Amino acid sequence: MAVAALLTTASLAACGDSGSSSEGAAKTLSYWASNQGASIEFDKQTLQPELDKFEQQTGIKVNLEVVPWSDLLNRLLAAATSGKGPDVVNIGNTWSASLQATNALIPFDDATLARIGGKDRFVPAALAAAGAPGKPPAAVPLYSLAYALYYNKKMFADAGIAAPPATWEELVETGRKLTRAGQWGLAVEGANPAENSHHAFTFGQQWGGEWFDSAGKPTFDTPQNVAAVKRYIDLMAVDKIVNPSNAEYAQNQSVADFANRKAAMLLWQAAGSNFKAQGMSPEEWGVAPVPFPATPPPGGKKVNSMVAGINIAIFAHTENRDGALQFVKFMTSDAEQVILNKTYGSLPSVKTVSADPAFQAPEQKVLGEVLAATAAPLPQVPEESQFETLVGTAMKELFADAASGKVVTEALVKEKLGVAQQKMGS
Amino acid sequence: MATTTAPGPVRPAGRPAEDGPPSRRRRRGVRRSYLPYLLLVPAALLELGIHVVPMLVGVWMSLLELTQFHIRDWSTAPFAGLDNYRVTFDLDSATGRDLLHSFWVTTAYTTLSVGLSWMLGLAAAVFLQRPFKGRALLRTLFLTPYALPVYTAVITWTFMFQRDTGLVNHALDQLGLVDGANPPFWLIGENSFVALLVVSVWRSWPFAFLCLMAGLQNVPAELYEASAIDGANFWRRLRDVTLPMLRPVNQVLLLVLFLWTFNDFNTPYVLFGGSAPRQADLISIHIYQSSFVTWNFGLGSAMSVALLLFLLVVTAGYLLVTNRRREHA
Repeated sequence: MAVAALLTTASLAACGDSGSSSEGAAKTLSYWASNQGASIEFDKQTLQPELDKFEQQTGIKVNLEVVPWSDLLNRLLAAATSGKGPDVVNIGNTWSASLQATNALIPFDDATLARIGGKDRFVPAALAAAGAPGKPPAAVPLYSLAYALYYNKKMFADAGIAAPPATWEELVETGRKLTRAGQWGLAVEGANPAENSHHAFTFGQQWGGEWFDSAGKPTFDTPQNVAAVKRYIDLMAVDKIVNPSNAEYAQNQSVADFANRKAAMLLWQAAGSNFKAQGMSPEEWGVAPVPFPATPPPGGKKVNSMVAGINIAIFAHTENRDGALQFVKFMTSDAEQVILNKTYGSLPSVKTVSADPAFQAPEQKVLGEVLAATAAPLPQVPEESQFETLVGTAMKELFADAASGKVVTEALVKEKLGVAQQKMGS
Repeated sequence: MATTTAPGPVRPAGRPAEDGPPSRRRRRGVRRSYLPYLLLVPAALLELGIHVVPMLVGVWMSLLELTQFHIRDWSTAPFAGLDNYRVTFDLDSATGRDLLHSFWVTTAYTTLSVGLSWMLGLAAAVFLQRPFKGRALLRTLFLTPYALPVYTAVITWTFMFQRDTGLVNHALDQLGLVDGANPPFWLIGENSFVALLVVSVWRSWPFAFLCLMAGLQNVPAELYEASAIDGANFWRRLRDVTLPMLRPVNQVLLLVLFLWTFNDFNTPYVLFGGSAPRQADLISIHIYQSSFVTWNFGLGSAMSVALLLFLLVVTAGYLLVTNRRREHA
């Protein structure tokens, strides 16, 4: 009996061991895609036909898993730590330098880039957001995105507003006119640390702040950054054009509020396809670049978006590096770039197809212009993902204070950012 | 961690040991004394693989500077000695202060949650002790929260706690308890602690109810009859019959509830989406934030080891005190 129990234990342990992903065969790849469309299911339906095409061309079968954003970084971290996981992955481009530091991704040096069509194919700003400066990129860009100001055309017309605001002062004024019972001027995703930190970056640039110095040390609580974060929080705290309820939004409820006509304006990346999925017709909304301050503060930069986007990377533990490179080449090929970016409303990461009619819609034109002229990459330092979490969480707390009627002073903002900075050092 | 029972050689009761020739008797005696250990081997191996080894690895990690630069190959991580512990317990630094804050929040949360769950469980078990029409139905109903999958249940609570569209504010508004134009937040700010406590008690009181109900089955009816004849009222019977008879059940129940609640990760993680408000910053979430989110696994491990030691001390102290009291009783 005891022997039987022992045998059972041994076989259980054996079962536990057999879960590794190394198929060994050169004929399969596993791929984790990020969630780009309105749902995981939508993404599967979008990607599967393309993966079938790839299998026809090369004989390599790609096993797809679409991973929600809330899990992706943890899953990547687990794969990097254990050396077990997919061959090819999508990563948020802001994580590039952080993941690069783990050495878990293969570097795209010039020779490797040559195998997927060469460095010159890619939009330079997008490639610059694929790793720390001076190092071979840890990934290559796949989908490019930028922030824009989305506004409800009918609400604007009803209130007699002719044009979307170009400065924050105009945005506040417009927002006040549009805030009334059951309707708010602007919607924000106040409890989502990543969204908050992206705005912290853009506002910081406009107010002359930097989140890391040239040595890569955090500089969170400088007066410029404090003023920048306060400006963003004040949209709710002082200007009262944001519904206090937005302080608990973290599941894209702000997009839903805009699509359901509860808010007149929204700052978001390529939101058009999402609005459509929620039943808002493209005629109802307009798109404009994110505003600037009317008079730029000293040192302020003309930046109104981060270089947002999704990169595609290969894990160094892959046993099928050739196949993985072929797959990356396929995903960044002209044909696939048009098909996929058109579906997701994002912009191609390669220069060759930017003139395609698919990217001439008003939304894509605005995003393209912003990316070309007034977007800057988030700091490409290994601690970037910690910056997003810590500063984003501090802003979540500030929104919570503002929503419960507390006065958000400069001292309070400075204190929160200071605590976030201390945690970076430990 | 809380298992303290290690049965010695078993002697079958009610059977004389003298039957059979002496040599056979001895062999059987030897076999009998090994058998319990053999039977424990699978459990011991699993315990070793699932608990002890990971704990030791955790202790090792806590001595390393294990950040994103080294997680792929631990052998490259510099030895940090006790540096991670120094940061953990440095109350002048933001990290140490926040950990202490989180510890107090968790202590308050655990005390209230275990206390309320136990009281609700006891009340329900006592009132359902005597048969009446619909008793089985009520029992089933009370056990529902315990049977639901944690994630699904807590996600439903997050919907209910939403400020504008949640059921909780709607119900409170209907009852005239909150201002409908300016309803309170439950998932951020001061009230988040209350929201967390409500969900926790909702989830764990059925377990207390189940254990206490089972314990009450063992209380002989004669004791109640005798005390009733002596003129004891309901409270007197509760205090002098029910509670003393439930002591062995309570001893285990309170310990298990304490450990589960103090370590609870799922409830705050699902309720607050990974970054808990300061007022509801439980220690498990705090450690998760300090390791997975900031990619500092050495520091996170040091905090985990400190938590482990704290829980060990509390558990050992509790068992010591309760066992001594039982012996004296």
